[in-house]
Amino acid sequence: MSKHTITLTVNGTEVTKEVEARTLLVHFIRDDLELTGTHIGCDTTSCGACTVMLNGRTVKSCTVFAVQANGAAIETIEGVANGATLHPLQEGFWEKHGLQCGYCTPGMIMSAKHLLAKNPNPTEEEIRWGISGNLCRCTGYNKIVEAIQYAAAKMQAAEEVPA
Amino acid sequence: MTTFHDPTKPKHVADRFENKHAAPVGSSAVVATTEEVRVTTPPEICGMGHRMKRKEDPRFIQGKGRYIDDIKLPGMLYMDIVRSPYAHAKILNIDTSAALAMPGVLAVITGKDLAAHGLHWMPTLMSDTQMVLPTEKVVYYAQEVACVIATSRYIAADAVEQVVVDYEPLDVVVDPYKALDDEVIIRDDKELKTNRIWHWEVGDQAATDAVFANAAHVVKQYMHIPRIHVASIETCGMVANYNPATGKMQLYMTTQAPHAIRTVFALVSGLPEHKIQVISPDIGGGFGGKVPVYPGYVVCAVASLLIGKPVKWIEDRSENLQADSFARDYHLEAELAADADGKIVGLRVNGLADHGCADAAANPSKFPAGLFSICTGSYDLQAAHVNFDAVYTNKPPGGVAYRCSFRVTEAVQMIERMADMMAHDLNIDPAEFRMKNFIKQDAFPYKSPTGWEYDSGNYHAALRKAMDMIGYEDLRREQAEKRARGELMGIGISSFTEVVGAGPSRDYDILGIKMFDSAEIRIHPTGKAIARFGTKSQGQGHETTYAQIIAEELGLPANDIEVEEGDTDTAPYGLGTYASRSTPTAGAAAAMAARKIKAKAKKIAAHLLEVNEDDLEWDVNKWQVKGSPEQAKTIQEIAFAAYTNHPQGMEAGLEATDYYDPPNLTFPFGSYICVVDVDSGTGEVKVRRFVAVDDCGNIINPLVVEGQIHGGLTMGLAPALFEEIVYDENGQCLTGTLADYLLPTAVESPKWETGHTITPSPHHPIGAKGVGESPTVGAPPAIANAVVDALWHLGVRHIDIPITPEKVWQALRDAGVTE
Amino acid sequence: MIPGEFDYHSPRTLQEAVGLLQQHGDGAKIVAGGQSLIPAMRFRLALPEVLIDINTIDGLEYIREDDGHLMIGALTRESDLEESALVQQKYHLLADAARVIADPVVRNRATVGGNLAHADPANDHPAVMLAYNAELIALGPHGTRAIPIDDFFVDLFENALADNEILTEIRIPTPGPGSGGAYYKVERKVGDYAISATAVQLTMNGNTCTAARIGLTNVSAVPMRATGAEQALIGKPITNEVLEAAGQAAATECDPSPDLRGSVAYKRDLTRVVTKRAIRQAVERAQGG
Repeated sequence: MSKHTITLTVNGTEVTKEVEARTLLVHFIRDDLELTGTHIGCDTTSCGACTVMLNGRTVKSCTVFAVQANGAAIETIEGVANGATLHPLQEGFWEKHGLQCGYCTPGMIMSAKHLLAKNPNPTEEEIRWGISGNLCRCTGYNKIVEAIQYAAAKMQAAEEVPA
Repeated sequence: MTTFHDPTKPKHVADRFENKHAAPVGSSAVVATTEEVRVTTPPEICGMGHRMKRKEDPRFIQGKGRYIDDIKLPGMLYMDIVRSPYAHAKILNIDTSAALAMPGVLAVITGKDLAAHGLHWMPTLMSDTQMVLPTEKVVYYAQEVACVIATSRYIAADAVEQVVVDYEPLDVVVDPYKALDDEVIIRDDKELKTNRIWHWEVGDQAATDAVFANAAHVVKQYMHIPRIHVASIETCGMVANYNPATGKMQLYMTTQAPHAIRTVFALVSGLPEHKIQVISPDIGGGFGGKVPVYPGYVVCAVASLLIGKPVKWIEDRSENLQADSFARDYHLEAELAADADGKIVGLRVNGLADHGCADAAANPSKFPAGLFSICTGSYDLQAAHVNFDAVYTNKPPGGVAYRCSFRVTEAVQMIERMADMMAHDLNIDPAEFRMKNFIKQDAFPYKSPTGWEYDSGNYHAALRKAMDMIGYEDLRREQAEKRARGELMGIGISSFTEVVGAGPSRDYDILGIKMFDSAEIRIHPTGKAIARFGTKSQGQGHETTYAQIIAEELGLPANDIEVEEGDTDTAPYGLGTYASRSTPTAGAAAAMAARKIKAKAKKIAAHLLEVNEDDLEWDVNKWQVKGSPEQAKTIQEIAFAAYTNHPQGMEAGLEATDYYDPPNLTFPFGSYICVVDVDSGTGEVKVRRFVAVDDCGNIINPLVVEGQIHGGLTMGLAPALFEEIVYDENGQCLTGTLADYLLPTAVESPKWETGHTITPSPHHPIGAKGVGESPTVGAPPAIANAVVDALWHLGVRHIDIPITPEKVWQALRDAGVTE
Repeated sequence: MIPGEFDYHSPRTLQEAVGLLQQHGDGAKIVAGGQSLIPAMRFRLALPEVLIDINTIDGLEYIREDDGHLMIGALTRESDLEESALVQQKYHLLADAARVIADPVVRNRATVGGNLAHADPANDHPAVMLAYNAELIALGPHGTRAIPIDDFFVDLFENALADNEILTEIRIPTPGPGSGGAYYKVERKVGDYAISATAVQLTMNGNTCTAARIGLTNVSAVPMRATGAEQALIGKPITNEVLEAAGQAAATECDPSPDLRGSVAYKRDLTRVVTKRAIRQAVERAQGG
């Protein structure tokens, strides 16, 4: 069994910790860093509740070892808002009732964020495919789609306003 | 073109709901239907009918919810579970020495350890018994055999591998029909050596037989409503925190029913009930799966009690899918009879319930098959008879909900499939057939042949609205054209009647505890409030909707009302949230408690305004003098006075509690229409459109109701096309991961189209009915009927859910269709 | 679900990685995307003593055309393949497959090399690369060698790499004029393995098929080519009868196992159907459709 000292940036803050090689990234985030907004819902990379951003791309943090994130930049749901200002996606989920129990929501927001970074103006079908790695048991997805459309429109409008 | 009965014209109901009070119970006047959501408060108050953004959301969208696995206490230990690789086997020996020798392992708890305290068995919700940990044998695959307690979850997982259990495999019973033979006895701990659990009948057999003897048409079908699992995205878990110094046991627990759980824990463990505090934190979805007590909870609590430290137990998904209680698993033989005019006259059902190794169904105790007897559905028929047997098999306990109140889904799947089959056999359009057979609006309150009294309904209006929304007649034309070209398109209807809101305490109890529910409201001096309830939201939005009910009644802004649930030390006693009962019971209690406060507020206002109480009238948020509304006291002014300037002789404060015992259940209903395209080469079914028109009476928050319906529809789509818990002949579960047990994604789930009619409940204080489960009940037969409708002309009469590509392919093959 | 203990190494170069493989023998396992390996480790179905992480090696993620081939670095993520304009323009079969592998989040981490090296007949790339007649480049202690795809899949979860070799690159011959490809997959839901899927790459001269390679997904213990189906096409004008004959051939030569996705009979017939559909699509593309 090997232990490793890793240094990485989490939501803009550098952290250095010792981890066991087998420590899953999701356990590192939740238990060691106490960022419990990232959740666990399965053992098979199926549900996406643990989705975080690793170097600007979403990954399922239950299927990455913490030691593999050495040197990386991680973003979790706790880093999405800009201080007290909600991200347009967070706003959209609230406005459009894009959540019920809230358990899948952090992972869903991370996936939506990555989708909009790649495709700022997605069609409904593209949104549905874009979040198809994240399971929600409560909403039936309609209002999650609306929430992402709300955020896309808002972010597009902000782009168009000259600085 | 077929023609239909005149749709009932929407009518306003304001006159019957004057001053927001429902009609008196027992009123027999026809309840009118409207489509307009009533709003009587301004947006800043946000009472009923407002599309209010949820008050609970800010914490969830920022990752600040507090779910069970987020709870971390000083010195906390972790529990992991050794599980059986056999579905039926004797336990010869459990060797824990290697595990105990591992650094960081504190204890390994076995059935023998629990037996020393008399805790190796526990009662189920149906007063049967279930093992906590076995001492003699295991009776299902993945059954809990021993529990390891260690200093970290990683060490606990390692130690599980080191516990060596010797088994002697026994013959396994997977098929419930084989269980009837009693060749292998699963529960040999019981006095009666049989696998039969109960026999239950309802309805009039002789009258039903007579109706069938004279019927012009009879359709008959066997169907299986398969075993499914709620698979909420959060699994189950507990943090048990026993403090030896105070003798207090805190149980943080994923439970939908914290108060009942506290009582059961007290009775089973012998701990005094005031020394047990159950706290249900934020819950990541429940759907019924978090109502029962599972062995893991009990051992976790016992471990904390024995060790004197906090112990955490969090299920893996595989444990959740393989060992927690399941829903459904009903085998039904149904017969439906109609007269020469195509009028349904009788229904006969023989059922076999597969309960797994224990009758752990979450049903009211007088209802072994739940409320299955709602199975005559939305139709006015002369006689019905239902005959049921239940058996044990080598499977985990079954019979909990899957977002369905007490077996109603099974009933609706059966009657809606049978109605469609009859319509097709008689060559009557399925919509026309339903219109012809519906209970008429003026027949409510309607006495059903199986003993229910439906409170209100207007089935014709809901179906007509759904047909208009989807363009039914055009779709039938399109279908005919496609069929001529050899393309397979189907249209399916489901017009369901739900029965929710248990319940009147004369008939409904869980383990003897009556199924009322409660609300306690306290108004603070500055006019802000806290309200506590005996229910527990798992995503339903109670923090918002309960506040809206109180806002409606008292005129306090909903944002000024804090709603709390789930802590048994602070909340009033209640039976919890399941079976769509929160609005019918605790929601009613909220209104009734608020009305008690309003009555006291009136006395205070009269005192402040120096007028007689009779001179006052209520207006949104204030008591005002009749004829001179400028003389008024707002609820906030009254609240302040309740602590600073209340009348002599009156108790200070402004608070009230209500335990609401409903006079009847509520009967929400709806009509759903589904359009599918079937790929004749692959057997794949694509849901192209789905329109759902629901009627849940008065609507508290349309946004939340839409969300509930969308979610329930996807949970109806799931068992219709995807989900089934499957066992092999050895009783091994083959669907123990989310890679095998298929939850729909946003791609499989169609864009739901929803609408509503509003036919208030005449007996509920705010005219509301439950809604969360209606779509899960109503959707599966609409989808199944659509698939069969696409294939009927090829001779296909029925396909059991889940309708997998292979089942469709097989049906096409049998009909000689191939690509 | 917690993995067992192991030692972890993060080499900086391929040579270093090969050295570690030599040092640790068959107790060592390479992790690339880890999207199959890590779940298997969590279930303790895979218990490597040593994990060699090649994610820390630079220069293994690329998609470029060179010398008549598409060169794909073994560590290239599936999502890069999916988003590659080059792949979308010229490698339709690959583009089809890239969209239906697992789900979008998994594709951000999963790699092309890992998908192949896992040698799982349920994975999508094996059939695709069989149809493309790809070449796999392996690096060992004695340098590199090219392994024809036809020789790569040895048994269930077993490939032709030696214990001390690492897959570094996949080379796909650039399709010539008149050629087209397609992947047709039937899955139960997004993220699922195929019930059956067919990968086709063929060349047309007018309406006559002059060359064809066909790979099948998840209907055999070892990833397989449908050579009978290929022969049913080659040298023939594409008619409904020829399509049916090719589909029938694929249905006959595949060897599926019954499971929750379906019975043998269903999987065989589905293989017939998806093979026909994939061929039809490939022909349309070859003919400029």
